[in-house]
Amino acid sequence: MAPARPVTPDLRTIEVHGMTRGSFIVRGALAAGAAYGAAAAGPYVHDALGQGGDRSGDLEILAFALTLEHLEAAFYERAARLRLSAPVRELAASFGNHEREHVEALQDTIDQLGGEPEPPPKVEFGLRDERGFLRLAQTLEETGVSAYNGAATRIGSREVLAAAGQIVQVEARHAAAIRAARGLQTAPRPFDDALEMAAVLKAVEPFVRP
Amino acid sequence: MHESTREPGRDEPGAMEELARDPSSRKRFLKMAGGAGAASAFAAFLAACGGNDGGGGGGGGKQTSTAEPSPAGGGANASREPNADPRQGTSDVDILNYALRLEYLDTAFYAAAIESGLFRGRERVMLQRFRENEQAHLKTVRSTIEKLGGRPVARLETKFPMGSRLSVLRLASKLENGGAAAYLGQANRIRSKEVLAAALSIHSVEARHAATVDGLLGLPPAPQGSFALPLTMEEVLGETQRFVAS
Repeated sequence: MAPARPVTPDLRTIEVHGMTRGSFIVRGALAAGAAYGAAAAGPYVHDALGQGGDRSGDLEILAFALTLEHLEAAFYERAARLRLSAPVRELAASFGNHEREHVEALQDTIDQLGGEPEPPPKVEFGLRDERGFLRLAQTLEETGVSAYNGAATRIGSREVLAAAGQIVQVEARHAAAIRAARGLQTAPRPFDDALEMAAVLKAVEPFVRP
Repeated sequence: MHESTREPGRDEPGAMEELARDPSSRKRFLKMAGGAGAASAFAAFLAACGGNDGGGGGGGGKQTSTAEPSPAGGGANASREPNADPRQGTSDVDILNYALRLEYLDTAFYAAAIESGLFRGRERVMLQRFRENEQAHLKTVRSTIEKLGGRPVARLETKFPMGSRLSVLRLASKLENGGAAAYLGQANRIRSKEVLAAALSIHSVEARHAATVDGLLGLPPAPQGSFALPLTMEEVLGETQRFVAS
């Protein structure tokens, strides 16, 4: 049950379409993040990825990560159409590049492991101006950090885990830079924690099953 | 923009800074992975190392219980033999004690930076926040070692040069980028899921610190581009040794 007043309402302005498993989990992560704050995405994702049983496997995790990266890449692409100040435009362009490279890397990895990369989901954002962009960018990146951290402990292959670590560190750097651009504390909590959110798990259960 | 201002002498960039910032180390990664583009290199890296998914399972027999991190099999993620188990030779307690050493350094560094009087206003508030974060990490890492029945290494005596605002920020950048790379280098060597979850939730906060400090130095928040690079235990311990007073 979502609380009456969502913690991060702007996450609700993101629409992710599509019937793939990746789209489904991303939608749930955004819903959990909107209702309880970005840090709730991790426990949600951890739980959702556990639904497939012991060996739902790295391919499912990678499919989820790919959908998330598609979403982020599309987000920065849309942002480029806004009227942005020079430093924010530069930031959006640079981060967009990173997300596109994450997409390519994940697609290649899924190929290598014998999977079939899911197509990008149709997405919509309520982006209007620079302020709104920065606010949504922050929550989206922080949702991403939490989601990767939550998914990581489900990963079986040490190589996929190392690679996910390489990506999540960059997402965390994005989150900090965007917070700095907004004049906010860049690391407001000592842990980007999945653990302390255990209490949230129960609350997000309704989102977990399709 | 301070990119071109480099202090001479003792502030020559060390191996850690180079690895953490120099784009050529990214090239090294790509070269190692044997691909042209970042994406294909990444996949090639996975393919080259692949096939040992789940190999070793618990790997319980390999646990050592020395309190000092053993450099044996030292986290050479970038250069280890294909199909070698990255966990070989190192227990979670070893890894946590290595993390504890880094957290000792970080907390002592921020205490010295705050005390130096070189920082005011927002920057001072930031340093205080980062110090609190590092203290929380230290506590968590130490209590996790104890929970696992290990013995935490003793607090380190440290020495940090406190010259100017700029040199202290550069030092912070070195420590934080190095710390993030250090945690990244251990992620796939950790056996326990709980320890992994804790390490990851610290890792991304060190990354936030690094990006923030780099921003104050006029550097890009993700100096290595799309994929952050790990550092091995030997690299990090070698590079931080000069901050240990003894």
